[in-house]
Amino acid sequence: MRRRLVLWTPLFLFALFVVVVAYGLYAPPDRTVPSALIGQPAPVFDLPPAVQGRPGVASISGDGQPRLVNIFASWCLPCRIEAPQLEELRRRGVPIDGIAVRDRPEDLAAFLATYGDPFRAIGADTDRRVQLALGSAGVPESFIIDGRGVIRHQHIGVINPADVPAIVAAYEAAR
Amino acid sequence: MRGLLAALLLVVAAPAFADSLLPPAEYANRQLPDPRQEAQAKALMEEIRCLVCQGQAISDSDAEMAGDMRSLIRTRILAGESPEQIRAWLVSRYGNWVTYDPPLDPVTWPLWVLPGLLILVGVWLARKRFRRSKR
Repeated sequence: MRRRLVLWTPLFLFALFVVVVAYGLYAPPDRTVPSALIGQPAPVFDLPPAVQGRPGVASISGDGQPRLVNIFASWCLPCRIEAPQLEELRRRGVPIDGIAVRDRPEDLAAFLATYGDPFRAIGADTDRRVQLALGSAGVPESFIIDGRGVIRHQHIGVINPADVPAIVAAYEAAR
Repeated sequence: MRGLLAALLLVVAAPAFADSLLPPAEYANRQLPDPRQEAQAKALMEEIRCLVCQGQAISDSDAEMAGDMRSLIRTRILAGESPEQIRAWLVSRYGNWVTYDPPLDPVTWPLWVLPGLLILVGVWLARKRFRRSKR
């Protein structure tokens, strides 16, 4: 009996291996890369204004209030889909600071004119340094940063209408 | 004729919508002047995972973000940081996932221990066989 069991063990192990590999192959891939900085102070940054005559964005907001930091770009197509939801968040009282990644002023101006401008301030992250420092892996992404500069929440990808309540809640929780 | 030429040019100039219109970062595709530093940077770039085309190292990737990360690594090496400092900086942002040489920790220890264990099991099995053949 024991010998029989030993004989079957390799096949059993192989079947287990096949199941694990098949699961890895067929399970829907999760390509989101969450920032490891959630719950920690945001790295220090101070971005110059991306739009003339308006403020840039720094790691600690001047008023010590929480805000939504939205990482976007005029060349990013999903950001156009996200624009109405940002406007809705602004309407609900969430201050939004934008970080424009690798953008040109003229493109940015055209984007804001076409898709709306819910931003309190927009910083120009021309070399993507701040995006990488925040642990963001793409555009669009949004962070809730509280008044002390701690990252409290990260939203990866487009903010869809269904995501708005959760973001408002995260903002309220950061107050 | 000019119209046709313009139309033909438009066919060739398919815009890459996933990337910005700015030129690549300074050190994305340019080597450092000091070969020793460049070798350090290159070795690190081969072990850092691209965040866009996941599964590729940033040294292999054509994604714009990979170029920005290469530039970041070269700039920091140039500023005197060690490759391990830069790796730690990236890991603190993206987790162990970002490096192809993950550190030994409670989650990753099987990666180091299992190969040795399997070799030991193999030696044990082989020893039994050698003994038998001697008889």
